[in-house]
Amino acid sequence: MPTILEVTNLKTRFNTPEGIIYAVNGISYHLKEGETLAMVGESGCGKSVSMMSILGLIPIPPGKIVSGSAVYWGKDLLQMSERELTLVRGKEIAMIFQDPMTSLNPVLTVKRQITESLQVHTGMKPQQAVERAGQLLEMVGIPDARRRLTAYPHQFSGGMRQRVMIAMALACNPSVLIADEPTTALDVTIQAQIVELVIRMRQQMSMAMIWITHDLGVVAGLAERVMVMYAGFIVEKASVDDLYEDPRHPYTLALLSALPRADRRREHRLKSIPGAPPNLLTEPKGCPFAPRCELAFERCRIENPALDMVAAGHEIACWVDVRTGESR
Amino acid sequence: MTESQMDIPLEPSPKIPQLSADEIESPPLTLATLTWRRFRRHKMAIFGVISLVLIVLYAYGGSFFVSEKYANHNDTKIILQYPSAKHPFGTDTIGRDILARTIYGGQISVLIGLTAAILEVVIGVLFGALSGYFGGLIDALLMRFTEAILTIPTIFLLLVMAKYFGGKIPNITFLGRTYSGSVVVIIVIIGLTSWPYLARIVRAEFLSLKENEFVLAARATGTPTWQIIFRHILPNSIAPIVVAATLGVANAITLEAYISFLGLGVRAPTATWGNLLQGAYSYIDKGAYWLWLFPGLLIVLIVLSINFLGDGLRDALDPRSRTV
Repeated sequence: MPTILEVTNLKTRFNTPEGIIYAVNGISYHLKEGETLAMVGESGCGKSVSMMSILGLIPIPPGKIVSGSAVYWGKDLLQMSERELTLVRGKEIAMIFQDPMTSLNPVLTVKRQITESLQVHTGMKPQQAVERAGQLLEMVGIPDARRRLTAYPHQFSGGMRQRVMIAMALACNPSVLIADEPTTALDVTIQAQIVELVIRMRQQMSMAMIWITHDLGVVAGLAERVMVMYAGFIVEKASVDDLYEDPRHPYTLALLSALPRADRRREHRLKSIPGAPPNLLTEPKGCPFAPRCELAFERCRIENPALDMVAAGHEIACWVDVRTGESR
Repeated sequence: MTESQMDIPLEPSPKIPQLSADEIESPPLTLATLTWRRFRRHKMAIFGVISLVLIVLYAYGGSFFVSEKYANHNDTKIILQYPSAKHPFGTDTIGRDILARTIYGGQISVLIGLTAAILEVVIGVLFGALSGYFGGLIDALLMRFTEAILTIPTIFLLLVMAKYFGGKIPNITFLGRTYSGSVVVIIVIIGLTSWPYLARIVRAEFLSLKENEFVLAARATGTPTWQIIFRHILPNSIAPIVVAATLGVANAITLEAYISFLGLGVRAPTATWGNLLQGAYSYIDKGAYWLWLFPGLLIVLIVLSINFLGDGLRDALDPRSRTV
C-alpha cells in the first residue's frame, strides 16, 4: 500500500507573552493508504496541535510551524496557501473534533451543515446534496434520517451529534480522517457504538485514519499502528500487537501498567506515573520523560534520544533497554 | 392489596403504542419560534407591535382614501381652522388639511426610518464582522475609523451636511410619488452617522463567536472564509443586530423630526411629521394646538411603539433567558 501522508520533523511553537511554548518538537511518521494510525499521549503532549498544524488550523500569529514537512500525495501541506488548503480540508483530509456539543453550529440545521461541505467541494446541486446528506445520515446510523435532516443540533443527543459530525466529515469521501478524541466526551457505551461505526465506515470507504486518543483501550480495537507521544516528541512507534505485548519505552510501559484491569487482584494500588508533565515553556533538553522515568541515568538528562529501530516496524526513543534495565 | 393489583404486568400492554425516545419530540424549535413564544409574554411589546402596525396602516393605507394632491392643496379661505368633521385634524397656515398631510408625512417619516436603519445595519454589520473576525491590522484600522465617526456629534454633522447638500439633490420619483431630493440626503446622512454603534456590537459578538469550536469545524471542512463569516457566525449574532436595527428606526425617525423641525431637513412641499412641527412652531402660544398636537402625537406614538417592540425583542432574543 502506498504511503499517502509523510510527516517529517514537524515543529510547532507558540509565541506567548510568557514565553515560547514548545508544543511539537520534531515528529516524523507516515501513513499508508487505508491504514489506521493511533496517536496516544496525555493531555498537552502535542497530539492535537500536530494534526491541526498539518491542516493549517492553528492560529498563526501566536503559532508558528518552525520546520518540517507534511507531504500528502506528493504535495507539502505546510507550504500550501490558505486557498489551496481549503481545497484539501474536508475533501481529502477530514477532521472531527472532541466535543460534539460545540462542534456543530447551533443555529444551522444539520442539513445545512452537511450540504455545505458537499456544495463547497463538489459541484453538487442543492437537490442532490440534500439527497446525499440524507444517505450519509442513514449510513451513520441516525434513525429516521431523512426527517432528522431539518433538525437542529440541540435536538440530538451527544452520541448522535458525533455521528452527524462523522457524516459531515465523510461527506466528500476523504482519503484520510483525522479523529481528535472523538469519543472522549461520550460515555462508554456510546463510545463503543461510535468506534464500531467508524470501523464500518473505514471498510466501506477504504479510508486511512489517524485516531488521537489518550484511551489505550480504544486503540486496541481500532488501530493497526500506534505512536506514543510525550511532551511534543514521539517516543515509541509500533504495531498494535507489538505495543501491547512488547512495549519498549518506559513511558509506554508506565501507561500500560496504569490501566486499571478487571482481571487484576483488587489488593494492588493503581500504579500512576510520579511527577508531572514537563513545562512546555522551557526548551526541551535531554529526554523529556527523564524526570519521571525509573530507568533514567545520566545520559538521559543530557541527550535526547532519537527514534531508533529495535525490531521490525518498532521504533523507540530511549537510551535504556526496558527488558534489562541497562543502556542500549 | 388485592391480588389483582399485585398482578400488574411489567411489560406495557401491547395495545398502548410505545414511543421510542427518538419519537417523543416536538417539531424543530427554530430561533424564530422560541423568540416568538417569549415575545408573546411581553404585553408592552405586543402593544408596541399593534400600534406600530396601526400607524403604518394609517400612513400607507390612508393614501387610498386621500390623494397626495389633496394633501398639498391649499386654500387660503380655510386657513387655521379648528378640527372639524370635514378636517378632523384642522387646517394649517395655508389651508391644507392636516390629516392628509400627516398621512403622507407619515409615509416619508417611516420610509426615512426604515431605509436609514437598513443602511446603518448594512454598514455596521460589514465593519463589525470584518473587524471582529480578522482582528489585527484590519480591526485596528476599521475601529479607529469607526471611533472617529463616533466622536463627531451627530446632530451637528447632520445639520452641516443637511445645509450643504439640502438644495443640491434633485427631486426623485419613486413608486409613483415624487420626493424632494432632501429625503435622500437625510436618509444617507442618518445612515452614515449611526452605524458605528452597531459596528461595535457586531464586532464584540464576532470576537467571542469566532472562538467557538463550530468555526474550527467549519474551517476543517474547507468552508471559505466569507461563508464562515456570513453564513455561520452572523446567524449566531442576529439577536443584537435585530434589536439595534429596530431601535435604529426609532432613532432615525426622531433625528429626522429633529432636523426637519429646525428647518434643515426635508424641504417643502414634501411633508414629514418633523417639518409639520416646524410650521407649527410659531403658533404654539397662539392657541392653534392642532398644528403641532397631531404630528407630535404621531411621532411620540411611533417612537414609543418601536421602543416597546425593541425591548420585547431584546428580552425575547436574550440567549440566557431559558423560559419558553
